[in-house]
Amino acid sequence: MSADHHDDRLREILHRYPRHPRFLLAFLQDVQREFKHVPRKAMEASSERFMVPMSRVYSVATFYRALSLVPRGRKTIKVCMGTACHLRGAPRVLEAIEEALQVRCGGTTRDGEFSVEAVNCLGACALAPVVMVEDRCYGSMTAAKVREMLEEERGR
Amino acid sequence: MRLSSPEDLELYREQLLRRVKPQRWVRVCAGTGCLAGGSQRVYEALVEEARRIGLDSPVKFQARCSGCHGFCEEGPLVVCGMRGSEVLYRKVRREDALEILLALADDRVVERLLYRDGREVYREERHIPFYALQMRKVLERCGKVDPRDVDHYISLGGYASLARALSMSPEEVIDLVTRAGLRGRGGGGFPAGQKWASCRSASGPQKFVLANGDEGDPGAFMDRSLMEGDPHSILEGMIIGAHAVGASKGFIYVRDEYPLAVENLTHAIREARRLGLLGRRILGSDLSFDVDICRGGGAFVCGESSALMASIEGRPGEPRVKYIRSTERGLWECPTVLNNVETWANVPIIIREGVEGYRSLGTKDSPGTKVFSLVGKVRRSGLVEVPMGTTLREIIFEIGGGVMGRNRFKAVQTGGPSGGCLPESKLDLPVDFDRLTREGSMMGSGGMIVMDHRSCMVDVARYFVKFLEGESCGKCAPCREGLKAMGEILEDLCSRRGRPGDVEMLLSMGNALTDTALCGLGQTAANPVLSTLRHFMEEYREHQDQGFCRAGVCRGMFVARVEADLCVSCGACAKVCPFDAIHRDPSGKFAVDQRCEGCGACLDVCPMGALLPSPRGVRE
Repeated sequence: MSADHHDDRLREILHRYPRHPRFLLAFLQDVQREFKHVPRKAMEASSERFMVPMSRVYSVATFYRALSLVPRGRKTIKVCMGTACHLRGAPRVLEAIEEALQVRCGGTTRDGEFSVEAVNCLGACALAPVVMVEDRCYGSMTAAKVREMLEEERGR
Repeated sequence: MRLSSPEDLELYREQLLRRVKPQRWVRVCAGTGCLAGGSQRVYEALVEEARRIGLDSPVKFQARCSGCHGFCEEGPLVVCGMRGSEVLYRKVRREDALEILLALADDRVVERLLYRDGREVYREERHIPFYALQMRKVLERCGKVDPRDVDHYISLGGYASLARALSMSPEEVIDLVTRAGLRGRGGGGFPAGQKWASCRSASGPQKFVLANGDEGDPGAFMDRSLMEGDPHSILEGMIIGAHAVGASKGFIYVRDEYPLAVENLTHAIREARRLGLLGRRILGSDLSFDVDICRGGGAFVCGESSALMASIEGRPGEPRVKYIRSTERGLWECPTVLNNVETWANVPIIIREGVEGYRSLGTKDSPGTKVFSLVGKVRRSGLVEVPMGTTLREIIFEIGGGVMGRNRFKAVQTGGPSGGCLPESKLDLPVDFDRLTREGSMMGSGGMIVMDHRSCMVDVARYFVKFLEGESCGKCAPCREGLKAMGEILEDLCSRRGRPGDVEMLLSMGNALTDTALCGLGQTAANPVLSTLRHFMEEYREHQDQGFCRAGVCRGMFVARVEADLCVSCGACAKVCPFDAIHRDPSGKFAVDQRCEGCGACLDVCPMGALLPSPRGVRE
């Protein structure tokens, strides 16, 4: 993506929202979705548009788990660590994913394809253990099913 | 098309009801659980095959999507309708589409897709024990109504309560809700009527009503199903609430992890605006009210009321001390009513059924029904709605079918990270707000996690403390530092590093945290530890003094032992043992030798439950 194109996209997202501080979080979420992280430029632009000090933009950008200051992978794998998933073996599924991708939980694969995260309950407890890749849900996961899931996701 | 009076709405409803109904129909569950099982592909296959075999006129056939039925374990679910009867198919795959349609066309049933339990075969959803013992009020339309079609909601009686509420004065509505005894379903159990009245009488330039859909408790998903499956019922409740307190603007705060809920609610709001059910002068009344969605940022603490409001304002979601109630000064310092989405969905029911009708279910102090998400080591997991006052035993054993496999029941965890664990001796406890609190647990938002004798209570306490430690916003020291210190002790207990005095230390720290934390979440954060200490002290003692985990969960804190009488010599245990510690003995049975490291792999695979965790150093 060229720098100019980058700026255009940023401007486009910025103008989706009226000039009111309450849209700061929504804007940063859109930026995260588009660029897979919140670049400094986006924080500066939002500080000006939403009329909030840079310090507050920074505190919002670092408070919420959905936002990240460093680039995440193109797809985020969320492994549910809710109580039901914990009881039905989610820790072993996470281990299998870490091993298959050679990346620790919280990290991003070398090719930038996947980030792996542990999350607290995706609300699909009847399907425990659950893994979500972007907004696709994989239920009744086992360590053995991990490879198949990753292959399907690579093909997308 | 804009409905400009209650009469307009009734005329519109009559028009919708007069439309020719299809002779046959299918309804595919498009809740998150079933979607994960591929229900979207099932729906597409049904539509395509229907066209191919000529079932394509709206008179003959209709295919719809619905929200969550609550029986997610058996998904994808498809309901077929013909000549006034309904059939439920479970675990449907796209390859089944043609067979289902051909059977439907001939009024036959595809036997192999019916739900079975032992020898019983069930055709209709309502006869399955999981549903038969429930009382579905809030979830009545969930799984039946098409969440993407406001017309469908209206044809099933939707927005009639709104029309009726608008004909009443705000004070009358508040009085009705107060007398019906509606209490907040999000966990606190605060009387909703009282909250509304206090907001009504407060003065401010503007007032707000908010819906809390930031369902953060692990193991709970009733709010998710409601937002995804019946979004208009939440909107209807909020509009009635806005009329009652005099609010002009509302927000629904939805968890970041629930993309489908955001999608369906956004769609519902757009449709409601189109029909004039949101916007200026709703149904010709003086009420002008609109709703926006606010997506959360993945922070558990934002489920706390003052943190949630901070988050809507575009700030970090940190709670504040509530010297002044948010009904007087809440969002942007304006009078604000915040209720859980399930509470809002109860409001149209109260308007429809009146005080008497609503109070006919539930207990005197906790009227109405409550939705629970029954999960964990239970045979039939899913969403369960029962009148308040139903016992834990009825919910877990009669509706849920008891514990999975051959395991024994050990405890049930209610109320999420703010709740606690209750042992078998408390199973006959009627579930309502006050009873659970008295036993050191909590109703919370309604998560109910069943644990069996293979669940370690110290590990469960550790799990919740670690969860809360990670979610603590860090503003007050008791929560930030206390949880960290408690987590370290629990971590030690679960890895054979327990020291004398650990248990007492946990108890005193837990009590201190309860007394001194700043917000509701911090004050209840010690509950999982305190309640397990109260009911399962011996497990803590074993962990601390003997380095023994009787559940066989904490690594290296037990060795496996074969109960020879139960062993059927299948050898499954020997195959999975990573330490090569299990071998056949001369009698043909299997036995564990001193190489066992206590990993628990064999305990999970034994079909007979013949392998038992036993203390290290004690062998056959």
